[in-house]
Amino acid sequence: MQVQGLNKQVTGPEGVLTLLQDITFNVMPGEACAVLGASGSGKTTLLGLLAGLDAPSGGRVLLEGRDLFALDEDGRAALRGRMIGFVFQTFQLLPSLTAFENVMLPLELAGHSARQARAQAGEVLERVGLAHRLRHYPRQLSGGEQQRVAIARAFAPQPILLLADEPTGNLDQATGARIGDLLFELNRERDSTLIMVTHDEALAQRCGRRLKLDAGRLAG
Amino acid sequence: MSGALPFSLRLLARDWRAGELRVVLIALVIAVASVSAVGFAADRVHQALRQQGNELLGADLVVLSDQGPPRYAERAQRLNLRHAPTMSFVSMALAGDASQLAEVKAVSEHYPLRGELSIARELFGAEQRIRAIPAPGTVWADARLLQQLKLKTGDTLTLGAAQFTLAALLTHEPDRASDVFSIAPRLLMNLDDVPATGLVQTGSRIRYRLLVAGEAEKVRQFHAAVENSLQPGERLETVEDARPEVRSALERAERFLGLAALVSVLLAGAAVATAARRYSARHLDTCAMLRCLGAPQAFISRSFFYQMLWLGAAAGVLGCAVGYAAHNLLTDLLGRLIAAPLPPPSALPALSGFAVGLVTLLGFALPPLLALKNVPALRVLRRELGLPVRGLTARLAGIVLLGGLIIWQAGDFKLGVTIAAGALGALAVLAFTAWLLVRGLARLRSRVGVAWRFGLANIVRRPVNSVTQILAFGIGIMALLLLTLVRGDLLASWQESVPADAPNRFIINIQPQQLPALRDFFTQQAVPAPEFYPMVRGRLMSINGKPVSPADYQDERAARLIEREFNLSWMEHLPQDNRIIAGAWRHENAAGQLSVEDGIAATLGIKLGDVLSFNIAGETFTANVTSLREVDWDSFRVNFFVIAAPGALEDYPASYITSFYLPERRQTLLIALVKSFPNLTVIDVAVVMTQVRAIIERITLAVEYVFGFTLLAGLVVLYAALQATRDERLQDTALLRTLGASRRQLVAGLAAEFLLLGSLAGLMAALAASALGYLLAGYVLHLPYVFNVWIWLAGLLAGGIGVAAAGVLGLLPTVRHPPLTTLRNA
Repeated sequence: MQVQGLNKQVTGPEGVLTLLQDITFNVMPGEACAVLGASGSGKTTLLGLLAGLDAPSGGRVLLEGRDLFALDEDGRAALRGRMIGFVFQTFQLLPSLTAFENVMLPLELAGHSARQARAQAGEVLERVGLAHRLRHYPRQLSGGEQQRVAIARAFAPQPILLLADEPTGNLDQATGARIGDLLFELNRERDSTLIMVTHDEALAQRCGRRLKLDAGRLAG
Repeated sequence: MSGALPFSLRLLARDWRAGELRVVLIALVIAVASVSAVGFAADRVHQALRQQGNELLGADLVVLSDQGPPRYAERAQRLNLRHAPTMSFVSMALAGDASQLAEVKAVSEHYPLRGELSIARELFGAEQRIRAIPAPGTVWADARLLQQLKLKTGDTLTLGAAQFTLAALLTHEPDRASDVFSIAPRLLMNLDDVPATGLVQTGSRIRYRLLVAGEAEKVRQFHAAVENSLQPGERLETVEDARPEVRSALERAERFLGLAALVSVLLAGAAVATAARRYSARHLDTCAMLRCLGAPQAFISRSFFYQMLWLGAAAGVLGCAVGYAAHNLLTDLLGRLIAAPLPPPSALPALSGFAVGLVTLLGFALPPLLALKNVPALRVLRRELGLPVRGLTARLAGIVLLGGLIIWQAGDFKLGVTIAAGALGALAVLAFTAWLLVRGLARLRSRVGVAWRFGLANIVRRPVNSVTQILAFGIGIMALLLLTLVRGDLLASWQESVPADAPNRFIINIQPQQLPALRDFFTQQAVPAPEFYPMVRGRLMSINGKPVSPADYQDERAARLIEREFNLSWMEHLPQDNRIIAGAWRHENAAGQLSVEDGIAATLGIKLGDVLSFNIAGETFTANVTSLREVDWDSFRVNFFVIAAPGALEDYPASYITSFYLPERRQTLLIALVKSFPNLTVIDVAVVMTQVRAIIERITLAVEYVFGFTLLAGLVVLYAALQATRDERLQDTALLRTLGASRRQLVAGLAAEFLLLGSLAGLMAALAASALGYLLAGYVLHLPYVFNVWIWLAGLLAGGIGVAAAGVLGLLPTVRHPPLTTLRNA
C-alpha cells in the first residue's frame, strides 16, 4: 500500500479544519503496522481514507498499484469486498444476523455462491474457536466472542489488507490479549498486511512498524 | 421547580427543528382532518334541517295520512291558519311512444305555504321563482322526466285517463324528497285535475298531506287539538322532526362515515405510538441529565405533557383546516339529502376533531413520554439503565381510548361496544396472524440469497414494528379491496342471482273488473298471461288482543312496518319459492288461517298460533297464524308477508298485482298496455336495480373518499416506522458498505424487506377483505360468495409493489449517507 501526500480538511462552524496533512508512507505485503496517537490526532480519519470509506481533500492511496480514489463509490466498495478486511473497536456485527450469517455476509456480497460462502464461513469460525456458536445472535455472545466473530468475518474473504480500529479497546485485558494473539496468528497464517489503530502499547509493540500521528501530521 | 411551561415551549421548538415531532404532527393532522371533514359535512345538513325546517316541510305543520284526505282543514280554518291539501302517488306518464314511471304530486292553491317553487320555461333555461301552482290542465315536471320522455314545454303528456300540457320545467320544490330516496322523476299537477285521471282507485297507494302554516301560537293550538284525534294511518310532522327519512339517512351516513374516519385515527395512533417510542428513546439522556441536575420527576412529566398539549393544539388547528377544505365532496353527497342550500358549518365538528386529535395524541404518545420521568439519573454514567417502555403495553392506553372513541361515534352504547369489541377482536386476530407470518419468515432465511436474507432478518428482528406496519398497510389495502373488487363481486353475484327469465316488470293497481280484459290483452300480444294476485290493504292493530303501535318497537324497520299498511293476499296453494318452516299451510275446515313470512314474524315478534287483528277499510279482520313461511325474495316474483286462506278476505275491497318477464324486444307492449289501461302502474325492475346501483356508487364514493385519509395514515405509519429504525439502518448500511456491498445490493436488501412486508400486508388485506365479503354475502345479502383470486393477486401486488417503492424511496438517503460518519458515531 502506498499513501502519497494525503490531506483531509472539513468545513465546520469555525471555518476550515485540517484533520490530516501531507501523510506519506508505504506498507509492504505481510507487514504489520500500528498507528498511534492521542485522541483527535486523526487516526480514525486516516483509517477511513485507507479503506476508501471517505474521500480525501488531496493525495492518493494506491493498493497494489491501483488508485482507490480513481474508482467511484461502488468500485471502492467492490475493492473492499475483495481485498480489505475490517475489525472495529465496537465489533459492528449486524444484530439481525446470526454469527454464521455475519461471517457469510462479505462472501455473499462479493458474489460467492451460497455453498462456497457457507463452507468458508464455517471453516474460519472454527478457526477462531466458535464452531459451537454458529446460530447465536450477537446479543447472545460475550464481547470477546463478538470480536472473534468480527475477526472471522474480516478474514473470511481472504483479504490482502486487514484494517483494525482499536480492536481490543472495548475488552478487558485478558480477553484483549487473547484477541490480539488471534489477530496476529491469522495475519501470519494468511500472509496478509495489517494496519492497526491502537492505544494498546503491548499490541503496538508486536507490530513490525509504528506510525505516530500528532495533530494530523506523521511524527517521527 | 416552576418553569415547566416555558421549558416545554423551548423543548418543542428544539425538537421541531430537529424534525422529531413532524411524523406525530402529520399523523394527527390526518386523524383530525378525516374526523372533522365528516363532521363539517354532516353538520351543515343538520343545520339546514334545523334552520330551514319549515321550508323543508313546505309548511309549519303537516298532517299525513294514507287513508284519505285528513279532515282537519276546517279546524285550521277556524284558527285562521293557512292550509293546503296535497296528494302524492306514483303513476305512469305517457308521451308518444314513451312511458315513464313518475312520482306525482297534486297540489292545491297556496302550496307551498313555506318556501318557494322555482321553474324554468325550457330545459336548461333561466330559473325563476314563482308563487303559483300548475294551472288546471297543465303539469310541471323535472328535467329527468323531460329527458326520459323526450318532451319539451308545450308538449302533451298522458296521465291515467287525462291529457296535460307540460307548461314548465320544475327546478326547485322545498319539500321534495331527495333524489337519494326517489325512484322516479317528479310531476307536479293541480289537485283539481286528479279525479279526471281516474288514478285514485281501490288499492292505490296514495299519501295525503294537509299543509298548515300561520301564527306560532295558533299552530301550537292546532297541533294540540289534532294530536289527540289522530286516526290510525295519520301522523303529524313538525318543524322539529321534519323529514324523518332525511334525518335517519343522515344519522346513518354520519355514523358510518364517522366510523370509517376512525380507521384513519387508528392508523394515526399507530404512527404516533411508533414515533413517540423513538422520541422517548432519544430523550432518555436529556432526562437523565435533567434528573442529574436536580429536576424533580413532576417537572419532567409536566414538561412533556405541556409539550404534547401544544403539539395537539397545533395539529387540531391544522387538521380542522384541512378537514374543512376537504369536506366539500362529502357535502356533495350528504347535501343531496335535501333540496335546500346548505348553511356554513358550526364550530362543533372542529371541537370534536380537536378532541379526537388530543385523545389520540395523549392515548398513544403520553405513556412512553411520561415513563421518561422514571429514567434514573445514574444513566448519565451507565447508559444501559432506563430503557423506554416497549411495544404493546405502551399502546394499550391508546387502544382503550380508541374503543371509547368508537362508542362515542356509534352514538349508541350497546352498538358502540359491539363495534369496538368486533374491531379490537378483529385487530387482535389480524395482529396474531401477522405475528405468525413474521415468525414463519424466520424459517426461510437459510434458503435465500444475501439481499433477501438481510431483508427477512430486518423484519424478524423488529416483530412489533413489523406487525404494526403489516396491520397499517393491511387495513389500508383492505379498505381499497373492499370498495373495488369485493363490492363489484357482490353486485355481480346479486345480479347473477336473478334468473335470466325472472319477472322484470311488476304491474300494480289492477282493478278486479279489469282482470278479464287484461288476460285477453296478454293473449292478443302472444305473451302467456301471468298470475294475478289479489291484494287487500290492512293495518296490523293487535297481536293476541294486545294493541300494537310503532312506539312498541325499538327496531326502526319494525316501527315502520307497524305504521304503514300491509298487503294481505289470499290463495289456495303455497306459492313457488315459498317454504313452510313452521305449522302447516292449510288446516281443513278451519276459518281465519294466516301464513306469515318468517322474517317479518321475527321482526314484529309474531309466533305460530298468535291471533292477529287487522283494520281493513275500517273493519276489523282477525285470524290465527297457522304457518310461518320462508320466501326467496330474489326470485322477483310477487310475494306477500301475510297470506290468508281463500274465503276470508274476498269481501274486502281488493286490487290485483302481477309480475311477468318482458323480453327487451317487446318493449312496445308496455305502451299498448298503459294506453289500454291508463290506471295501471308498471314498475321496471331493471330501473329499480339501476337506481339501487347508483345509490351504492354514491355511498362508496363518499366512503372511498374517507378511506383516502386511511391510506395517507397508512403511509405515515410507514414513515414513522422508517424514522424509528433510521439510526439502526444507518448503522447497518455503513457496515455493509464497509464490507464491500454495492449500492445495488443495499437497495436490493431494502426492496426485499419492504416487498415482503408489503406482500404480507397485502395477504392480510386479501384475507380480511375476503372474510368480510363472505360475511356480507352470507349473512347480510344472502348471496353465494364467489371466491375471487384477483382479490389476492391485487392485494399482493398493491401491497408488495406499493410498500417496496415507498420503503426504498424513504430509505435511499441512508444508502447515500457517508459510512465513516456513521461508524465514528457508533
